[in-house]
Amino acid sequence: MKRREWLASVAAIAFTGCAAPAPPSPLRFFTPEEAATITAIADRLIPTDDLGPGAGEAGAATFIDRELAGPYGTSRDLYMRPPFLPGLPGQGPQSPATPAARYRAGLAALDAHCRAAFAGRGFADLAPPLQDRMLADLEGGRILRNDGGRAFFDLVLRDTIDGFFADPAYGGNRGMAGWRLIGFPGARYDYRDFVARHGEVYPEPPVALA
Amino acid sequence: MTLRLKPVDAVIIGFGWSGALLAEALSSAGLSVVALERGRWRDTAENFPPSRAPDELRYAVRHDLVVKPAENTITFRNSVAQMALPIRAWGSFLPASGAGGGGVHWNGQTWRFRPSDFTLKSDTIARYGKRFLPPDLSIEDWGVTYDQLEPYYDRFEYICGISGKSGNLRGRIEAGGNPFEGPRAREYPTPPMTMPYAPTLFAEASRELGYHPFPQPSANLSQAYTNPLGVTLGACTYCGFCERFGCGNYAKASPQTTLMPVLRRRKNFSLRTECTALAIDHEGGKARGVTYTDASGEVFFQPAEIVLCCAYTFENIRLLLLSGIGAPYDPQTGRGVVGRNYAYQTTSSVALGFDGKLLNPFIGAGALGTVVDDWNGDHYDHGPLGFIGGAYLAALATNGRPILNHPVPPGVPRWGASWKRAVAKSYLRTTRLLAQGSSLSHRGAYCDLDPNYRDRFGRPLLRLTFDFHPNDLKMSHFVTGKLAAIARAMRPDWMTIANREAPYSVVPYQSTHNVGGAAMGADRGSSVVNPYLQSWDLANLFVIGASAFPQNPGYNPTGTVAALALHASDAITQRYLRAPGPLA
Repeated sequence: MKRREWLASVAAIAFTGCAAPAPPSPLRFFTPEEAATITAIADRLIPTDDLGPGAGEAGAATFIDRELAGPYGTSRDLYMRPPFLPGLPGQGPQSPATPAARYRAGLAALDAHCRAAFAGRGFADLAPPLQDRMLADLEGGRILRNDGGRAFFDLVLRDTIDGFFADPAYGGNRGMAGWRLIGFPGARYDYRDFVARHGEVYPEPPVALA
Repeated sequence: MTLRLKPVDAVIIGFGWSGALLAEALSSAGLSVVALERGRWRDTAENFPPSRAPDELRYAVRHDLVVKPAENTITFRNSVAQMALPIRAWGSFLPASGAGGGGVHWNGQTWRFRPSDFTLKSDTIARYGKRFLPPDLSIEDWGVTYDQLEPYYDRFEYICGISGKSGNLRGRIEAGGNPFEGPRAREYPTPPMTMPYAPTLFAEASRELGYHPFPQPSANLSQAYTNPLGVTLGACTYCGFCERFGCGNYAKASPQTTLMPVLRRRKNFSLRTECTALAIDHEGGKARGVTYTDASGEVFFQPAEIVLCCAYTFENIRLLLLSGIGAPYDPQTGRGVVGRNYAYQTTSSVALGFDGKLLNPFIGAGALGTVVDDWNGDHYDHGPLGFIGGAYLAALATNGRPILNHPVPPGVPRWGASWKRAVAKSYLRTTRLLAQGSSLSHRGAYCDLDPNYRDRFGRPLLRLTFDFHPNDLKMSHFVTGKLAAIARAMRPDWMTIANREAPYSVVPYQSTHNVGGAAMGADRGSSVVNPYLQSWDLANLFVIGASAFPQNPGYNPTGTVAALALHASDAITQRYLRAPGPLA
C-alpha cells in the first residue's frame, strides 16, 4: 500500500468511527432535560455545518456533565473560605456559587424565560434562529440580567470550547472533531522531523490519549 | 503535640530548583540534609509519561501541577486604600507545588541578567542623575555583581545542558548570539534548537530593522546531554506540551532530570513530601529548625544547624512574617524590610495572522524561539524617554495548544458559524510576539499578612498590594511599539496589539515571575538577606529564591535564581561551615 492510500484509509476509518452512533453515556450531574438544553446551546455556539460536527454533536453535554460532577463542579480545589465580599474585577471571582450550582440555576432561569416568552416552549424546543437570538440576548445582558445571565453565558461558552478542544477522553471532542476542524494533531508528542519544514501541511491525522 | 525529630545538619523548606540545588551541594559536602516539600512526590515515569503528559485540560486549564488555592493562596489589592480579597482561583500567576516545584512545569527560558542589572540604582544615577528616578521607587543594587555570579550561571547551564549560542565569549562578541549579554566563560553546553516558521520570520524581520536576533537560551534540549553529575537528558521532540506540563521525554531540565537521580542514591539526603512548613523556630539570634505538618496532620519539629528557606516567593515572605524574623515593611513610614521590594513582570504582546502561511503552532517547546535584546535594560539612551528599564522582544513557539490558544482576527464574533469558520482558518496561521518587560519595585508594592483571611491551618494568608508603576507602563508602551514595528515588518494580514495597562488584575495569566519581598543587598537597612542570601538577623538561616530580587529585570528569573542558590551554596560549604556566623 502506498503512503497516500494508507493515509486515506486511516482517515476513512476515523470518519466511520465518528459517524457511528455514540453509546448513551449515563449522566452524572445533569437531568436529561438539562443535558438536552446544554446540547442545544452547544449546537448554536459551535454549530454542525459543512466544516464538520458542532459541539453538541461532539459531546459538549457529556463533557460538561462529567466536569460538573467532579472537582471543577464543586470548586473543590479553590479557596472557598468566607467572607465572600464583592470586589473589583481585577481581584477575580468572589462568589460562593460553584459551577454546578450556577449551571443548575442558569439553565432553569433560561428555560423559564423561554417558556414564558414562547408559549411554554423551553430553549431546546425553539427553532435555531430563535435560539441564536436568546443566546445573543443572554450574552448582551438583555435577558436574565439580574440572574447573572451574561456571566452564565460566558461560563457555558468557555466550558463548551474547553470540551471541544480537550482530549476526547473527556467526552466533548468526540471523534476528535474539534482537533480535525482546526488541524491540531493532538497528542502526537513528536515533531522532530517536521519542525524545519516551514509552511508545509502536516500530513498525519490527530491522535488522542485514550 | 509536636514530635521532636532527630537533629540534622540542614533542613530545606521547598524542593523546587533552589531546594534541589542546595540539597545536592550540601549533601555532596557530607552534611545530613532533609528537604520538606508541601506537595506530592513526582517523577517522570510515574506522573507524566508521554501517554499521560499531553493533556491540556488537566495541566494547562485545571492546573494539576500547581498548588491548589484551597491549600494556600494569597489576598490581593491594588493599593492600601482597598480591601484585599483572596485569589480564589489562580489567574495571573501559578505557584507550583510538588517535588521539583516550578522546575517541573516551567518553560525553560534560561537567562542570565546583564551586568548592569545588578547595579541598576547606581548605574542609573551615574548615567542620568538622581533626579531622573521617580522618588517613590525602591530599587536597589543587588550587592553581588555579574562577574561574581558568572561561574554559577555557568554551573547551572551545565547542570541543565542549556541549548543556545553565546553572544559574548570572554569579551569577544559572537555572531548569532546575544551581543548585549555579559561575557561568558564558555559556550552553551548544547547548540540552539531548530527554529520553526514563526520565530524564523521574526528573526528575518528584526534583522531587516537592524536588530540582533538570536535563539532563546533553552532548557528544552536540542540533543541528548550528560551533565557533570552523570545524569543524561534526552532531546526535545517539539511536542508543544511544556509550560504547565511535566516532560515525558526527559528533555526539559528539571530537578527530576538533572539532580534527583543523584540525590536518590545519597544516604545523607531525604525528601519528605506532603510536609508543609508552619514556622521557622528561632531563639537568641539563631534558627533552631522547622516546625511542619505532614499529610496526616501530625506536627513535627525538625531541629537543624542550618535552615534553608527555598519556597516560592510568596511562601518565603510569609514564613518570615509568621516566624517573626526581620522587621515587617510598613509602606506608611517606609521602615522595615520583610515584604518590601515586591516586583513582577510587565508583559505585553502582539497577535498576528497570515492568510497564506501555515505556521503550525502545535510544533513547539517551552523556550523555542528567537529574541532581540536591543530594547532591554540600558541598551539605549533613556534620557529623552523619561523611564528606565526595557524588555526583550520575542517570537516563542510555545503554548500553541488549542484550548487556551485559538485566536481569530479582530471583529469575529465569539461563537456561532462565523466564529467556527474563522477559528478553522486561523489556528494554523496565527502567532504571538511577546515583550518581557522589567518591573521596578516601589513604595506601594509590598507583601504583608492579611488581617481577614486565613489558610486551612488557621494562619493568615499573605496579602499582596501591587499595581504597575507609571514608569513601567511608559516603558511597556514604548517597547510594545517596537514589537509592533517588527510585527508589521513580518507583513501579516492582520494584527492586534495587547498593551499592558493599569490597574493590575490577577485574572488573566501574565507571568509566574513574582519576585522580591525578602530582598538581598549590601545594606541591612534596605534588605532582608546579605549577598549570600543569609538572613541579616539569623546567621544560620538562608532565604533562597526570586524573593531575593530587589526588582525584576526584563528577563525570566530562573537562571538567576539558580545562580544565586549555587553562589549561596558555595559560601555555605566553603566559608560558613568552617566558621559559622555572618558572611557579610
